[in-house]
Amino acid sequence: MPIQYYIFLCLTLFCIGIVGVLTRRNAIIVFMCIELMLNAVNLLLVAFSKMHHAASVGNNPATTAGIEGQLFVFFIMVVAAAEVSVGLAIIVMMYRNTHSVDINFLNRLKN
Amino acid sequence: MSKLVYLVPLFPLLGFLVNGLGRKSLSKPLIGMIGSGSVLASFIVSVLVFFDVKANGGTVVTLFDFIKADGFTIPFAFQADQLSALFLLIITGIGFLIHLYSSAYMHEETEEHFGRFFAYLNLFVFSMLLLVLGANYVIMFIGWEGVGLCSYLLIGFWFKNNDYNYAARKAFVMNRIGDLGFLLAVFWLLLKLGTVNYGDVFANVSRLSSFDITAITMLLFVGAMGKSAQIPLYTWLPDAMAGPTPVSALIHAATMVTAGIYMISRSNILYTLAPATQTLVAVIGLATAIFAATIALKQNDIKKVLAYSTVSQLGYMFLGLGVGAYTGAVFHVMTHAFFKALLFLGAGSVIHAMHHEQDIRKMGGLKKYMPVTHLTFLLACLAIAGIPPFSGFFSKDEILTATFAKNPVYYFAGVAGALMTAFYMFRLYTLTFLGKFRGTHEQEHHLHESPWQMTFPLIVLAVLSVAGGWIGIPEVFAANAHSLEHFLSPIFADSAKLGEAHHLEASQEYLMMGVSTLLIAGIIFFAVTHFKKDGVVTGAEETGIGKVLENKWYIDELYDAVIVKPLNAFAGFCKSVIEKSGIDGLVNGVGKLVGYGSRQMRLLQSGQVGNYILIMVLAMVVFFLVWFNDATIYQFFNKIF
Repeated sequence: MPIQYYIFLCLTLFCIGIVGVLTRRNAIIVFMCIELMLNAVNLLLVAFSKMHHAASVGNNPATTAGIEGQLFVFFIMVVAAAEVSVGLAIIVMMYRNTHSVDINFLNRLKN
Repeated sequence: MSKLVYLVPLFPLLGFLVNGLGRKSLSKPLIGMIGSGSVLASFIVSVLVFFDVKANGGTVVTLFDFIKADGFTIPFAFQADQLSALFLLIITGIGFLIHLYSSAYMHEETEEHFGRFFAYLNLFVFSMLLLVLGANYVIMFIGWEGVGLCSYLLIGFWFKNNDYNYAARKAFVMNRIGDLGFLLAVFWLLLKLGTVNYGDVFANVSRLSSFDITAITMLLFVGAMGKSAQIPLYTWLPDAMAGPTPVSALIHAATMVTAGIYMISRSNILYTLAPATQTLVAVIGLATAIFAATIALKQNDIKKVLAYSTVSQLGYMFLGLGVGAYTGAVFHVMTHAFFKALLFLGAGSVIHAMHHEQDIRKMGGLKKYMPVTHLTFLLACLAIAGIPPFSGFFSKDEILTATFAKNPVYYFAGVAGALMTAFYMFRLYTLTFLGKFRGTHEQEHHLHESPWQMTFPLIVLAVLSVAGGWIGIPEVFAANAHSLEHFLSPIFADSAKLGEAHHLEASQEYLMMGVSTLLIAGIIFFAVTHFKKDGVVTGAEETGIGKVLENKWYIDELYDAVIVKPLNAFAGFCKSVIEKSGIDGLVNGVGKLVGYGSRQMRLLQSGQVGNYILIMVLAMVVFFLVWFNDATIYQFFNKIF
């Protein structure tokens, strides 16, 4: 399968994420869109890692070439999980304070 | 003994420090003693140096290296030779007499101002000694600036009077114009020869092109014009009479104003090699001599007459320098120092007796109240008028004879100036000392002869004014009687070799002397009889040429209109337009721009998170597009899609 397919898929996911962040006002949806962008990049990383070593791997199932990118993605997913917990905690606190999850109310620091 | 020449300027420097620092605590007699004593000590050393130089010739004493840079060294060195030894005697000798005189003349001042006065005077003597002792142009320049500073401080000594401050400022600014010329000449020498030591410069003069020599001598002469009050930079000297009278005698008659003549005599070989400059020096000198003499004819302030007379006599000295009569010029410096210092001190004595009245129309008949002052003043007048055998006759005659050999036009114009000199001096003498007293009753009641501290210098200077010329008796009277010329011959030896000797017939020289002396005697007789009648000095307004002369040819007004006013207008323009709207506008504009820009930028901080993210994304897109322009990235994307 050529690399272009992965790139197009990632671009699509990333753009959906950006548009979602820019247009939606619900903090949870914005948050989900951010996750979408993050995972688009993760997917790209795995794809590049795999494809880059495709030639040297060949049909050898025992090789470890290209494993680094996939390991990296696992780390990113762990960190993203931690980040999600923090982000959700912020949204919960925000809801408690404003009784809303609309990000347009998050302008208390202005002035 | 010449090795100890550094002691000469050291004593006045110590005197300056003690009097300057202790002026609040020392008593007046002590200040006077320190001030006069330090100069007397210098005088004694100077006499010893003089006899040593006379016996053994000149030496250069190097104290330390003043400036040491790549390629050249400027030593702090003193040159004790015939020329500087002669000037040492004049400066310290007359300086001492004037210090002594000042201790009585200035007795009305409080201790602090008395001390300040003597500190300035000592500093002046120190600077003047540095000027004549320096063995290179840089040391001379230090002294040159020092005397200018002291002149400024002493003209403005009574600083509560704003006119005096203005006069001091004028003197300083005019001198600075000249100093610039001097400084440029020194740089030029340094550039072309890499040295400023007199000995090295004069030995290597053949390495200079004639253009260089002409330019250097012209620039040096600009310096001399400022310091020695020649056209066009002479107007400061009459105004400098605002200072106390001993200052006028010491600085503005006997010593500082002759610095220009000293400098040109010192550089005589350069001038001899630059005929164009010599002609300029002679013409400027002659023009100044005549011009200042015409102004002196109609002045009514006793010190102003003497001031213009000084300018005129300095003109004669430059005339002498211009025609190559260096010995004559130095001779005239010496005799002029005697009789002009005497005239100023005499005038000071009169002013002292008259309670600071300086208008000669309100004097008269002082002869019977002030016998010593009267007699010494008369002798000085005879000396400056050029009556034999007084000193002025010999020196002026030497200069005029030399001019006749060069160009008879100089001679006849010079004699005309000498006749005017005789006229205005005896007008001054007659109006002051003869006739009836024209002042107030109160003044008449207080008229008195001055104390011994003031009359003693008068008597000494009177003796010198009478006899001082006898060291320079011309060849026609007695062979080898001109001992000054013999003494100074090593200094002017190179120039004498280059210049062609002019010898007039003895009969012609006798004729010239006889006729000019008779004319001068006639003028004196006319002036005395004319002004003895008191009716001459009514308050009648002068008309015609007399009014022009009384107003000094309106030169001050001319300078005011041509230079001062336009400069002030230009400065005003710079202040109100260029400064206010240009510089300030620029600075304030930058401030306003930043303020305005900030106010507009502030609007971006809307507080809407969505906006921030939008801007962030847009910025990323922009960065991406910029990045995309890079050729390698472009190829990469081309490969993918």
